[in-house]
Amino acid sequence: MKTEQTEQTDQTESILVDSAKKSGKETVIEINNLYKSFGSLNVLVNLSLKLYDGENLVVLGKSGSGKSVLIKCIVGLLRSDSGTINVFNENVMTLNRSGLDEMRQKIGFLFQSGALYDSMTVKENLEFPLRRMKKHLKQKEIDDKIIEALENVGLPEVIDKMPSQLSGGMRKRISLARTIVVDPKIILYDEPTTGLDPVTSEEISLLINEVQKKYKTSSIIITHDIECARTTADRLIMLKDGEVYEKGSLNKFEKSTDEVIKSFFK
Amino acid sequence: MKIKLPVTKAKEIARLQALRLSDKTIEKTQATNNFLTDIADVVLFITHLLKETFSRNFEIREFLHQCFKIGYKSLPLISVTGTIMGFVLTIQSRPVLVRFGAETILPGMVAVSLIREMGPVITALICAGKVASGMGAELGSMKVSEQIEAMEVSSTHPMRFLVVTRVLAATLMIPLLILYADGLGILGSWIGANIKGDVSFILFFSQAFSTIGFIDFLPAVVKSFFFGAVIGLVGCYKGYNAGRGTESVGKAANSAVVLASLLILIVDMIAVQITDMISK
Repeated sequence: MKTEQTEQTDQTESILVDSAKKSGKETVIEINNLYKSFGSLNVLVNLSLKLYDGENLVVLGKSGSGKSVLIKCIVGLLRSDSGTINVFNENVMTLNRSGLDEMRQKIGFLFQSGALYDSMTVKENLEFPLRRMKKHLKQKEIDDKIIEALENVGLPEVIDKMPSQLSGGMRKRISLARTIVVDPKIILYDEPTTGLDPVTSEEISLLINEVQKKYKTSSIIITHDIECARTTADRLIMLKDGEVYEKGSLNKFEKSTDEVIKSFFK
Repeated sequence: MKIKLPVTKAKEIARLQALRLSDKTIEKTQATNNFLTDIADVVLFITHLLKETFSRNFEIREFLHQCFKIGYKSLPLISVTGTIMGFVLTIQSRPVLVRFGAETILPGMVAVSLIREMGPVITALICAGKVASGMGAELGSMKVSEQIEAMEVSSTHPMRFLVVTRVLAATLMIPLLILYADGLGILGSWIGANIKGDVSFILFFSQAFSTIGFIDFLPAVVKSFFFGAVIGLVGCYKGYNAGRGTESVGKAANSAVVLASLLILIVDMIAVQITDMISK
């Protein structure tokens, strides 16, 4: 059954990849044969994937399946054991510190917890990456960009508040504003809807789509929230025990008869 | 009469003893490995810190912010403890001096005690409790809530932004706080002396300062810088290397205070030995 399904999945995958190629979309992230382990625990095993320009790739999987490790390897927060990670045709694993800094200017990262700096106001939180990544900007331009980013996430009124004064959903939005304020070309979302109520989760999922349209970003969205996947996914990959278990379109996943996939989509 | 054990039973006992011994050997080896790993971690941390300290793009704003936090925000606590330190020392030693008719040396004795030993050590221990635990808890919670990683992906070097600034600020501010505590300690001593006696402020201070020599002052100032560096280093190391759970934040803060206090006393012991050797 799995073999039959794998064949079908490969066909769907090739259709999606072909359509991406036909529409002239270039590969922005290409990962080949990636391995990562912590001691004797193999977290990522021979993982390969591609992210095309302008698409939302959702990575599904149970907790501990290696999803977060994958995106931390992409951005260079973790060093993989072997394999290649090419971001805009540059191998992340061979980059030195300044090369990584330069590459990170093209990648935004939305952390699961939001990771807003507690000791800074919302404005200072957004100013922090701008001052370091866009050193040429003047104060007026920085202020304008901050206001624009806050308006795009629908929270311009909280500019002077501290993160502790914000709700969970607001923190996620501000975190997204901090990610988009530096105009990244790729955004990596680490479980963007975790810990939020269904209504706020839906709002965040829609916001991800809005950001993609407005900023023309490519995204990898790590999640186990199926509603978020349904709203945002152009293409999906499912990880199981650090390996790619399934890949294809949302339609393919929803029609799957595989028990593991069905347990996610029921 | 000796009882002979059957050979199989003897073999079994020997095997169990061998297993017990090998378990103990493994435990000891693991403990040694952990200890060596910890030392290697500390060496790497200090090497990384030194490398970042002398690199370009020094975070001056954060450094000044930390100076303000460590220095200015500690002033109320240091004011109270400094004054009490001198006051108590005077109240305790005055009766003995009176008994020997040596009451006149009270200002000088208190000043030397405060400047050489009590001021630096007690102020540093209080700062270890306030500053090192604060750094441990702050950096620990930043690590748990992924804020350090967020800095890293914002092209900011967390070691340069968080650690270098804090260690340098502590190294600079702790000696200033110690000098401030010394001054207030002598003031507290004057208050203590005036409870039962009547000494003028100017006379008390001129007697106190005329007793203090260069050899009292300089080693105390030099070791104060080391105390500051120890407080900054230990606080940052414990916080920066905190584990993942929220429990590790508490552990980081707690172990920062304990280790910093212990190291302050060790540094003081070494400094006293060196001063003694130099002054001979």
